[in-house]
Order: sequence, then C-alpha cells, then structure tokens
Amino acid sequence: MTLHTTHIDWFGLAPVFALIGASFFALLCAVLVPRAVRRIAAASIAGAGFAAGIVLAVWLYVDSAHGHTIVSGAFYRDRWTALGQVILCAVGLATTLLGVEHVPGWGRNAEPERRDDHVAEFFALLLASAAGMVFFVGAANLMVLFLSLEWFSIALYVMCAIDYDLEGSLEAGLKYLIVGSFGAATLLFGSALVYGATGTISFAGIAGKVAAQGLTGDSFLVLGLALIVAGLGFKMSAAPFHMWTPDVYEGAPTTVTAWMSSATKVAALLLTFRLMTTAFPYDEHLWSWAFAIVATASLAIGNLAALVQRNVKRILAYSSISHAGFMLIALSAGSALGGRALMYYLVPYTAMAFGSFAVVAARERELGVPVTLENLAGFGWERPFLGVAMWFFMFGFAGLPLGGGFVGKFYVLAAAYRHGWVWLVIVGVLATLVSLYYYLGIVRAMYMRPAEELQVQAGSVAVSGGAPAQETLLHLAVGAAFLVSFGSLFAVQPLIDFAQHAASALPL
Amino acid sequence: MNASSLTSILIWLPIAGALLIWLLPLSRYATGSLALLFSLAEVGFWIEQAARFDFSGSGLQMEERANWFGDLGVSYHVGVYGFSLWLVGLTVVAMAACTGYGFWVGRDRPRAYFGLMLLLTGATVGVFEAQDLLVFYAFFEAMLIPLYVLIGVWGGARRMEATIKFVIYTMAGSLLMLAAIIVYGLKAGTFDLVDGPASASRWLFLGFMFAFVIKAPLFPFHGWLPDAYREAPPEVSAVLSGVIAKAGLYGMLRIAIAKFPDPTSFYRTTVLALAAAALVYGSLLAFRSRDFRGVVAYSSLAQSGLIALGLFAGTDLGFDGAVLQMVAHGLISTSLFLIAGAVERRTTTGEFRLLGGMARGRPALATLLMTVGVISLAVPGSASFAGEFLILAGVFQRAWWWSVIGASGIVLAAMYMLRLISAVLHEARGSTVVDEALDLRPGELALLVPLVGVLLALSVWPAGISHHSFFGQSPASAVRSQFR
Repeated sequence: MTLHTTHIDWFGLAPVFALIGASFFALLCAVLVPRAVRRIAAASIAGAGFAAGIVLAVWLYVDSAHGHTIVSGAFYRDRWTALGQVILCAVGLATTLLGVEHVPGWGRNAEPERRDDHVAEFFALLLASAAGMVFFVGAANLMVLFLSLEWFSIALYVMCAIDYDLEGSLEAGLKYLIVGSFGAATLLFGSALVYGATGTISFAGIAGKVAAQGLTGDSFLVLGLALIVAGLGFKMSAAPFHMWTPDVYEGAPTTVTAWMSSATKVAALLLTFRLMTTAFPYDEHLWSWAFAIVATASLAIGNLAALVQRNVKRILAYSSISHAGFMLIALSAGSALGGRALMYYLVPYTAMAFGSFAVVAARERELGVPVTLENLAGFGWERPFLGVAMWFFMFGFAGLPLGGGFVGKFYVLAAAYRHGWVWLVIVGVLATLVSLYYYLGIVRAMYMRPAEELQVQAGSVAVSGGAPAQETLLHLAVGAAFLVSFGSLFAVQPLIDFAQHAASALPL
Repeated sequence: MNASSLTSILIWLPIAGALLIWLLPLSRYATGSLALLFSLAEVGFWIEQAARFDFSGSGLQMEERANWFGDLGVSYHVGVYGFSLWLVGLTVVAMAACTGYGFWVGRDRPRAYFGLMLLLTGATVGVFEAQDLLVFYAFFEAMLIPLYVLIGVWGGARRMEATIKFVIYTMAGSLLMLAAIIVYGLKAGTFDLVDGPASASRWLFLGFMFAFVIKAPLFPFHGWLPDAYREAPPEVSAVLSGVIAKAGLYGMLRIAIAKFPDPTSFYRTTVLALAAAALVYGSLLAFRSRDFRGVVAYSSLAQSGLIALGLFAGTDLGFDGAVLQMVAHGLISTSLFLIAGAVERRTTTGEFRLLGGMARGRPALATLLMTVGVISLAVPGSASFAGEFLILAGVFQRAWWWSVIGASGIVLAAMYMLRLISAVLHEARGSTVVDEALDLRPGELALLVPLVGVLLALSVWPAGISHHSFFGQSPASAVRSQFR
C-alpha cells in the first residue's frame, strides 16, 4: 500500500520553521550553555531567528504576487500573510533587543549567580509565540486558526507569569489564562457552529457554501459568526472583551507587555480582516455593523478609562484598547481601502506601542517600582533621548502630525467615510480629542512638573542612586521604533503600495 | 537657486535647524547664536522670495509639488500668493525677534527651547504656504506641539491649566476640521487647495470655521486666550497673538471664504455678528484688565474680531484692509508683548496697581511703548489706521451699522491703550518700580527697534501691502475665482 501524501510547499512555511528552529536552539541553550554566556547566547539565537524570519518573509512577499493556499488549502501563501509576518518578525527582533537588558528579573531575590538560570526559556517562548503568530496570520481554515491561536496564546500565558517572584506577574498570567481560554472556547464554539451550518472549515469554502446554499441569514451561521467575532475580540483586546487587558499589561513583565501589545494586535487584526472578507463576504452587513459597534465601544471605554489612571502601564493598556478601536474602524469598512488603512496603521502603531513600553521598562528598572505619572516626573530631562522618544510616541498616538499615526488615523477615517459612515468619522475624531488629555498628561509628567515635585519621595523606593544603567540595546530598540514611526509619515506612498499589494490578495 | 525652492526652504530650514540644535551638544551661548542665525537666515530667504515675487502676476507662485500618497490624492504642494507672502514675512520677522528675546533673557534648557522655537517657525510658515488640505492640517497641528511644550515648561505658575485649556480648545476645533477635510477631499477626489472645487456644504464650512474661530479667536471661542497669553513666557505670547492667531484668520480667507462661497454668504451675518461681538467685548475686557498682558491679550481678541469683520465683509476694501491689518497687528502685538516682558523683568509684575512712573529715567522704554501704543490705537497716519479704515470702509459697503460698531471699537482702543500707557509710564511711581531698574538694554533695543521700524515703514506706505496682496485685480474677484 502506498501512503498518499499531499504536496507541501515547504518554502511557504519557511518563516514559521525559522522561528520554531530558533526556539528549539534557544531552549537547548538553557541546558547546554554555561550560565555566564547563556543570556547573550539565547538572545543571539533569537535575534538570528527573527532576522531569518524577516528575510524569508520578505522573500515570500516578493515571490507570492499571486496568492494561493498551500498544504491542502490550510495556509495562505500571499502578500497579506507575508507583510504581516515581516511586521511580526520586526517587532520580535526589537523585543529581543529589549529582552537582553530587560529580561524580567526572575530570581531577583536569589544570589546573583543563579539569576540567569531561566533566561534562555524566555527567548525560546518568545520565538515560539512569534512562530504561532506568524502561522496564525496565514491561516486558511478554522482548524489552523484555532490551533495557531492556542499555540501562541499558551506561550504568552507562560511569558506573562514568567517573573515568578512578582505577585503581579503570576496574577497576570493566571488572569490571561482564564480569560484567554474563555475567548478560545468561544471561538471554538463559533467555529463548530459555522462548520455545522456549512459543512466546511476552509475560509473560501464557507463563502462558497453560503453562496451556493443561500445560507446568508442562517441562524447557526450568524450565531457562529457572532461567537467567532467575540473570540477574536478577546485576542485583539477590543471592548467589551477587554477586561483582562489593563491587569495583564500591568502585571506582566514590561518586555512581555511590549511584545503583546504590539504583536498580538497585528496577528489578531490581520487574521480577522482576512477571515471576515474571505469567509463571510455575504454577511458583511452583519459583521461590519458588529465591528463598528465594537470599535465605538473600544474607543469610548479605552479613552474614558485611561483618563483616570495613574499607572503608566495601565494608561498605555487602555490606549491600546482605543487603538484597537481605530483599527476596527478600518476593518468594519471591509473595503480595499480599509485593508490598506489597517495594514498601514499597524506599522506606526506597533512601533509606538513597542517603543512606549520599552521606555517604561527603562524607567521601571531605574526605580524598581511600577511607573506612575508621579514618579515619571523629570524623566524627560534626565534621559533626554528616551524622553524625546516618549514625547514623540505620545503625540504620535494622539494623532498629531509628528509621525505615521497621523496618516494612519487619516486613512482609517477616510475608509469609514468611503463606507458611508460619517458618524464613525465623528466618533473617531471625538475619541482622539479625549485621548489627548492622557497622552499629554504623560508628557506633562515627564517635562513640566516643577522641580520640587521631581523624584520619588524618600523611603518609598529603594533607589540605588548613581547614573542610570547603560542600556545600549534598549536605546537601539527605542531608536528603531522612533525611526519607523517618524519615517512612516514621509514614506507613506511606498508603505501604502506594499499594503495595497497585500490587500489585493484578499477577495475585496 | 530656483525661485520655487525658496518656498520649501522657508519651511524646512528652521526645522532642520531645530534638529541640528537638538543633536549637537552645544553650549548655551552657541545654541542661542545658532538659533538666531537660523531665524535671521530665514528672514534673508524671505526677503529674497519677496524680491523675486511677481506682484503683477496672478495665481499661485513659486509652487512646488511632490507626491505624498497618491491613492487618496494627497500631495506635498506648497506655494505663495501675495497675501501669504506677507504673512510669511510677518512670521519670520516676529519669530526672529522672539527667538532673539529668548536668547537675551537666557531661557533655561536652551537646546530644548531654541529647537522648539525653530520648529514653531517652520510649522507656521508651512501653514501659510501649504496648498494641500492635509499638508495645511499637518502644519496647523504641528504648530500646537512646540507651543504646548513652550508654555508648559517655560510658562508661569498656572501654566498647567493654561496649556490644557489651550490644547483642548484648539484640538477640538482642528479635529472637526480634520473630519471636514476628509469629507471634502474624498468627495472632490483631491485634497489640493488649488484644484479642489468650491463646495456648497454648510456642514463642511462650519467644520473648517470652527477650527479657525478658535485659533483666531472670535467671541465666544476665546476661553483659552487670557490664561495662555498670561501664563506663557512673553515671547511665546508674542508669537501666539502676533502670528499664530493670524493662522486662523488666514484659514478663513484661504479656505473657508474661498472654497465655500455659498455657505459664506449664508452665514455672513452670523460671523459678522461674532466678529463685532469679539471687537466690542474684547475692547471692554481690555479696558477693564488689571495688568499689562491682559490688556494686550484682550486687545488681540478685539483685533481678531476687526480683521474677521473685514474678511467677511466680502468687499475689495475689506479684504485689502484685513490683510494689511493682520500684518500690522501682528507686529504691534509682538512688540507690545516683548515690551511687557521687559517691564515684567524689571518689576517682577505686570499689574497696573504696582506699576507706574516708568517713563522717568527710561526714555527708550517710554518712546517705544508710546510709539507702538499710538500706532496700535490707530492714530491717523499709522499702519493700523490704514488697515482699520479700509476694513470699516469695506464693511460699510455691506451695511452701515457694521462700521458703526467697528468705529466704536477704535474709540475703545484709544481708551484701553492710553490707560495702559499712563498706568505703566506715567502716574505715581509704582511700588515695584525701583530706581535701579534700567532702561531698555542694547540687546532689547536691537530686537524692538527693527520691529517698530517696520511698523513705521508700513505706516508711511501701507499700500505696500494693501495693493500687493491680490495680484492687481480686485480682491473680491480673486477670492471668487478661488485665487486661481
């Protein structure tokens, strides 16, 4: 008997394999490499893995002008996938740079020679979660979607809780695990209903069956769609599925938060856009309204809740909820312009989100306590480069024309208008206005507090004193984020061309 | 050098200067000198631009266009008209004086400070030169960023409330403008100001006007003004009232009136009424004000009202007068705020009850304040007399009672300005005025005398601006043809 195997286009999966391979070697580091060089060895492997991922994804982008599915219709090899993979690997590379100096200080109470005991596992998990996301953005059927979602989520649960000396970290991990599992279960249930209604799990197949059998208003299908939307909403931390976000972002080690807040959004939003436009084009009237409402809720809740926060990581967490709302506006437009807008928006957004958490990480290390608006005072003058970068990220988040965030908002609102939704434009504009208050609050805290308020009250923190640590790689990562968000204001046309080619892979 | 590249140089030179200052670890003195050098170079480039400008030619001149993002029809398109040329000139001259003032008083954290001043210069010039709506919006917003930090870091004791109020007010306006821009541009298929068609939509007109009346400001959108003008460092208040406020008025002329002819005539009476209210109310508040900067701040509100009166009169004389008055008032209020700064440095206060009698032994201060004050209250023969006369004549053609209200504003101007002059210079010597407080130093004179000199030159030849703003033909028809 001969075993019939399908033809597999291994090269189409190359970025995934590069990251898994690197993850494997990073894990070997944990046992084989002496502790003195373990940190640098694992980080180098991670860096090499992400660099390889970028190169392969760019190669795939160039080589996949005509998108198609591979592995028996389980995975898309097209430019939408490839561009998403480039962004994800770039964020991963930046996170690696941040991780070398800011890998959570687990074992911080242990004697110094035991401190780097588990550092290699962190990089292995980072690579594994990245591999999951890189697989997730290309998913072509509901099974791959669910498996890759669980794949990167499990890695993220562990990463959240990895700083086991910190109560907050454990709590964050547990909370994320419980809420995340609930989200995953919702998604799975929705998938089952959709399968029940259509008899297929392939994205394109679902659309075909719906068209062929006139299932547009089928109650199983609609319920399944609603549950899938909710399940994915958990991952992109859109309101009302956002409850875990502030607690997890606050509790998780800041390096992990930086990674989650930028990469998870990229993966979840790109996949959702593809899933909706490919599998459910005949129910667009339903999901576009659903996402418009979710977007409005995210903008309202994210921005209003951020106003009253004092903890900077919580402010940034709520800000990430509100930005999910902005990107969902592009999604709800469901058009080629919306796809372009989403893809473009993600570039400056990931850079700013990553960069701002990296700056918080630097301050946190300096103080040894959570960063609040109070103890941020004077930071801008003490660390000019990081201060200017943060200043820049905050103005960029607020949509002032200092960086690509401005053009991104413009595109998103343009997509909403083209879709005929002037009210959504107004909602976006009002949300931006509200958001100004807390973004400028951070700038105010860094630069404008009078000298007496500067610095932390004695006794509250164990400040060791002296000059801040040399953090060359952190500066490098923040500098890269700065350049990307600034450059994307000027290089709009090339980025939009890339995004346009990517979006042309979708059936719009 | 190509004449059109001057347009871009004027925008990007100061921004490049700002980056240079932030990157180079120079000493306080070197930083200030470098910034001053950049702002003077800016004046030089502007003179070159004005010399090459063809005042008899029509349409946009010295334009440059480059693709920014083509799929939505947005391009980097800049160029100048006669009236924008004058406003650019006002910007570079006033900014040079204010940068010089910052250097003279030795602001703390010089690299941050001078970089922001240069960034502000570039952004403001960009507003006056932009010919694409999104570029215009980007520069309009970009002005806010340095202003926010300049007030928030170097401002007075209550600067926090002042900055928050200022930013929230102006952003509320400009974000509505962004919504209007998106709708206008996507409907028209282009965001270009020159190619874009006229629109009859009242909602869009209101979206744009909302941003401009806050920036200008007009009554009742002036809530941010007193705090911001009082709490900002004097040279930043000077920029705010002298230059930034003009960006709002310029926007009315370039976009709201030119692109929305029907809504303009529909809302004409409303805007004229708001403008008249700003004029009278601002003048009364200025008269009631207890401190130097308060008077100048509220008089700026009054003057914005007067200029808006001229713009929305929609007549030849009104447009000419409005452009002239924008420049004249820009120079006047820049000088007055700088003088206020000089007075505050000597006495630690601007409150009238603590001031007085400063003329004795301080001839230069007295002469300059008298000269600017007298020009400002529009004595016949002064630049602002010419401007105000043209505006009143222009609005008279619309309806006589507007010019009656306008004329009452001039009477009130005489009252508050003379009160200011006598409270600071004359009357009994104030408790904070000590004999040791010196007259204006050479450094201050070097900043103020050129400003006043330009004002006197304008007084001698106001037609230099009023006849050279709208390429020969009648301004009203130029506006009707959308400046094409």
